[in-house]
Amino acid sequence: MKWDFDSFREIGDALVRNKSRSLLTGFGVFWGLFMLLFMVGGGDGVKQLLLQNFEGFASNTTIVFTSRTTKPYKGNKEGRWFEMGSRDVTRLKQMVPELEVVTPSLGWWGINAEYDSHTLEINVTGVLPEYVNIEIPKLKYGRFLSQNDCNQQRKVCVIGKRVYETLFPDGGNPCGTSIKVGGTYFTVVGVNTSSSNLSIQGSPDTKVYVPLPVLQRLRHTGDYIDLVACTAKGSIKTSTLEDRIRQVIARQHIVDPTDRDAIQVLNTEQIFQLMDSLMRGVSFLIWLVGLGTIFAGAIGVSNIMMVTVKERTTEIGIRRAIGATPFEILSQIIMESVSLTVAAGAFGIVLAVSVLRLMEMATREQGITFQVSFGTAMLALSLLALLGVAAGMAPAYRAMKIKPVDAMRDE
Amino acid sequence: MIDLNNVNKTYFGAQPLHVLKGIDLHIDKGEFVSIMGASGSGKSTLLNILGILDNYDSGEYYLAGKLIKDLSERQAADYRNRMIGFIFQSFNLIGFKTAVENVELPLFYQGVPRHRRHEMALEYLDKLGIRDWAGHYPNEMSGGQKQRVAIARALITNPQILLADEPTGALDSKTSEEVMTLLSDLNRTEGVTIVVVTHESGVANCTNKIVHIKDGIIGNIEENKEHHASAFGVGSIMK
Repeated sequence: MKWDFDSFREIGDALVRNKSRSLLTGFGVFWGLFMLLFMVGGGDGVKQLLLQNFEGFASNTTIVFTSRTTKPYKGNKEGRWFEMGSRDVTRLKQMVPELEVVTPSLGWWGINAEYDSHTLEINVTGVLPEYVNIEIPKLKYGRFLSQNDCNQQRKVCVIGKRVYETLFPDGGNPCGTSIKVGGTYFTVVGVNTSSSNLSIQGSPDTKVYVPLPVLQRLRHTGDYIDLVACTAKGSIKTSTLEDRIRQVIARQHIVDPTDRDAIQVLNTEQIFQLMDSLMRGVSFLIWLVGLGTIFAGAIGVSNIMMVTVKERTTEIGIRRAIGATPFEILSQIIMESVSLTVAAGAFGIVLAVSVLRLMEMATREQGITFQVSFGTAMLALSLLALLGVAAGMAPAYRAMKIKPVDAMRDE
Repeated sequence: MIDLNNVNKTYFGAQPLHVLKGIDLHIDKGEFVSIMGASGSGKSTLLNILGILDNYDSGEYYLAGKLIKDLSERQAADYRNRMIGFIFQSFNLIGFKTAVENVELPLFYQGVPRHRRHEMALEYLDKLGIRDWAGHYPNEMSGGQKQRVAIARALITNPQILLADEPTGALDSKTSEEVMTLLSDLNRTEGVTIVVVTHESGVANCTNKIVHIKDGIIGNIEENKEHHASAFGVGSIMK
């Protein structure tokens, strides 16, 4: 038998002959594929949406801060306070060369910022210029703090988005304007519009960055710093450096290096890893549910094909009597099964792509892509064809076993 | 054309049933033969074996010089397709195919190109006088017309033998006569070898040779050139 137009017409005829049956059977597969692609595409979009929250924060950051000791060590009682200073930063740089950036930060919470009768409660963070490597600012106006600002202890500041919007409701470039922060006048040199949800010492929206030495002098805290933020070089994971960081700080302050409460090390990498495994779990579930649905659909196809074959015993017997080989009968039934699944699946793909497209249009501002890739769709389709073959196997085998004499017996 | 030497067939069920008990039969090319017997005589089994629809246990069956024994399904299908044309009692047309599509079907399995087989199918329908019904479905046709379509389907592969299983079983006597006339015309003008299985003496009477089978054994073989045995509708159904 050669495959020609009539072969395909026969398959089409066979499927169209029982319209509602084919439709209902195909619906299972259609719905399965729709769900799968919709969830894969949608899940991808949601993932992007979540990741957007963490934009503007180095994903490989370690934050070190201290608290009361909980273990006695070398003659020091537990419950002792100790403070980090600039020496810790220098020592960390020296002792752990794998660290790329080691930069201190000092916070000042709940301070009022005032300008032209507008007031907003903000958090002041004293940092050095390298701090841009930790929390990456999105500068709308001006610049970030410079080395000169720190060296010369200039009273300058970079203000967050909400600070800018509240103090300067008319908009415009605020650089060069002086605002009052906690009773001291600072000159605005930049506006940071980053709105990352992952940040240190308060949301970047309501944050005002000032040079660290200026804040230290203003608060009369001397050398004290709240925390040290570090990133590792290249692809080194900061989590692997954690113990050495602890040891450096512990030696400096005569603290038990195993005292995890005294020296707290926070790895954002862990947060990202957690996110990552969460995402992986979600997408695993998506595929599991989606494939499960498709599989159920395919079993439906298999069942219906079984019934069809039973119904068509006479027809198949006639075909055998006039010269169809068992293989020809087999391939006919399998092709019918494949056609049904693939046609139904194609509609599922079309619907899923359309719905995802609509969602994409609805969330255009956020720039999220909900769409499934062409490759994924094709993979799903070829998987479906394979499933169609599998679904057709048992019914086709049964059809193949029909003897030509059965055609005459089944009267 | 057909040579059966001591063919035996037993159905193994709860009670083994020895259906054919050493059949010897010889049919020449161009013969028009009927196999007659009561139900249970083994005539249908014999026809199934002749049509390579069923296997036999022992003996030999030569069709056109080829030994038909222990064939693979594939080979059997090929022989059926090329050497044998079937006509069934219940026509066995495929209901969702038009007349012409039904006639085309054997050629489809031969791999004949679409246009060619369509032309041939129309040609055969024309030959049987039902070309006008080419586009109709079986349920729109009368019994006689359906049997003509079935005959066209049997003839289209130009088979060595035409096997007819009670070809008039579902037809009234007038149509039966038409169909039998058609078959004998085909035998006379085209020289087609035809074997008809029947229990109706009227049908057997139309053939040139009547083989009586009883309890799995061939009885007498009756030459019937004059067709005087029993006319259609006359006399009773032979039991």
